[in-house]
Amino acid sequence: MTRALIGGSMVAILAPAFGLFIVLRRLSLIADTLSHVALMGVAIGFVTSIYPTFVALIATTSSAAGIEQLRSRGRLPGDAALAIFLYSSLAIAVIVISKSSGFNADLFGYLFGTVLSINDRDLWLIGILLLVVILFVASFYAELTQSAFDQDLAHVSGVRVTATNLALAILTGATVTASMRVVGVLMVGALIVIPVLAALRLARGFRTALLLAIGFGLLSVWVGLVVAFYADLAAGGSIVLTTVAMLALAEVIGKARDYFSARRVASDTGWSASTPSDQPEIDAD
Amino acid sequence: MTIEPNETMGATDTVESQAALRPEESEIATDRAVVCEFSNTWYSYGGGEPAVEDVSFKVRKGDFAAILGPNGSGKTTLLRLALGLLKPTRGSVELFGESSARFRDWSRVGYVPQRVEGMGTRFPATVEEIVEQGLYRGFNPLAIFRRHGHKEILEALDVAGISHLRRRPIESLSVGQRQRALIARAIVGQPELLFLDEPVSGVDAVGRDRFHELISSLNREHGMTVFLISHDIGAVMQGATVCACINRTVVFHGPSHHMTGEHLSELYGFPVDVLLHDALHEHR
Repeated sequence: MTRALIGGSMVAILAPAFGLFIVLRRLSLIADTLSHVALMGVAIGFVTSIYPTFVALIATTSSAAGIEQLRSRGRLPGDAALAIFLYSSLAIAVIVISKSSGFNADLFGYLFGTVLSINDRDLWLIGILLLVVILFVASFYAELTQSAFDQDLAHVSGVRVTATNLALAILTGATVTASMRVVGVLMVGALIVIPVLAALRLARGFRTALLLAIGFGLLSVWVGLVVAFYADLAAGGSIVLTTVAMLALAEVIGKARDYFSARRVASDTGWSASTPSDQPEIDAD
Repeated sequence: MTIEPNETMGATDTVESQAALRPEESEIATDRAVVCEFSNTWYSYGGGEPAVEDVSFKVRKGDFAAILGPNGSGKTTLLRLALGLLKPTRGSVELFGESSARFRDWSRVGYVPQRVEGMGTRFPATVEEIVEQGLYRGFNPLAIFRRHGHKEILEALDVAGISHLRRRPIESLSVGQRQRALIARAIVGQPELLFLDEPVSGVDAVGRDRFHELISSLNREHGMTVFLISHDIGAVMQGATVCACINRTVVFHGPSHHMTGEHLSELYGFPVDVLLHDALHEHR
């Protein structure tokens, strides 16, 4: 349980922090595609008896770079490149799995998450990935936010957009691989996307959104793990359902805030003539 | 004053064919530095029909250049070429004397796009944060901890007339307010050259006039060279010093008061000719 909490917490920071940029760039589907590439990596890792998570990491990061190259050169529309990678890696995974029997139970763990049986090697790998991603997000914060807002604007501001996109894609691969150990291949996207959506419902500024996304991620993993542990449920599923509950909670808080700030505006305009410079700062238009 | 034919490049065919439309040589001031120059520029998307055909003109420091043309005339392609977002198939495009594809000194350039990709994703940024982006000056590993240029940001917001909106989320603004926020973002770094792509589409008539006043004052009072793309003839009549009419190739270029209904009808075709004449007189 301690290992699960440590591993889960690291991924809960990693996935939403990076997910914020993935969601804003509308690249959520890339995460999904890369999770299937990760499955192929895991299958190959099992067959060749190489550490599966490591093979998955190589597969996802190199595929991410390939997808980004295809997309940026405009050879293929973004979705088409994704489809090619998704189905070819899934096909390879299916063939490799069918050719070799005997690791179905382990495979099941990779599909649906095995955070309660996470080992030290996984923890080290996730820890290193977390460090790399935190350093990357912190040091390239300006470049990432600029290109999330608009690629052309970022270019004209002097941001090296192509390089930023490539780095973003490669680290998305790494994030997917790390998250896979906690919620499983099939639900990786949830941990990357849903806490971010909850944060975007409430945050007004970028740094707040980043912190809120991490907060929602951590809360989801902790609550999900505790519930799974005591109620004897699948940890991955219970974590993902908690993220959905967080999103609903954020929606309710957001609605309440909108309601009260609308009322505040109503009473402000009713009681005092507000000048443009002291207009209440609200987002209910 | 100085969008002018580019004779030095020896574009004999086009220059001669447009000789009749060209303003008198005496009108052309040649003393100010060229900030943006198209020289026999061609561009076609994916090897198809050219979207931009043998375009040559210069924009000089201090100009308010309006690039006019109907939809699909290649205006936006021209802008993307100038910003180095596209590479010309033939010919060249230069910014401050350097090929726009290799240009790196972006602090001298501001850009106001027509649309922004990030909008509609609940993009989590206040107006202030968006304007702050305009102060980007290269890689800084401590950027996440740093909020800089508070004074510059307030000034830019003030010039754009949206000081009271600075803490509002960018997504909560109206179309016109967003355009002003993007202007503030573009001018906060005090660029020498400002590019604007159809900045008033989706803004009502009053907003449009105010907007053109703002651009004019940036040009006159803040000394920024303006390169404005529009299909709206009103933009040219309010403050533009030079204009280029584009319909894949240059139909007219010169001081904006030299432009006649004849040029406009050549540009837009007959059906809109009468309407444009009216607009021309009304706005004067």
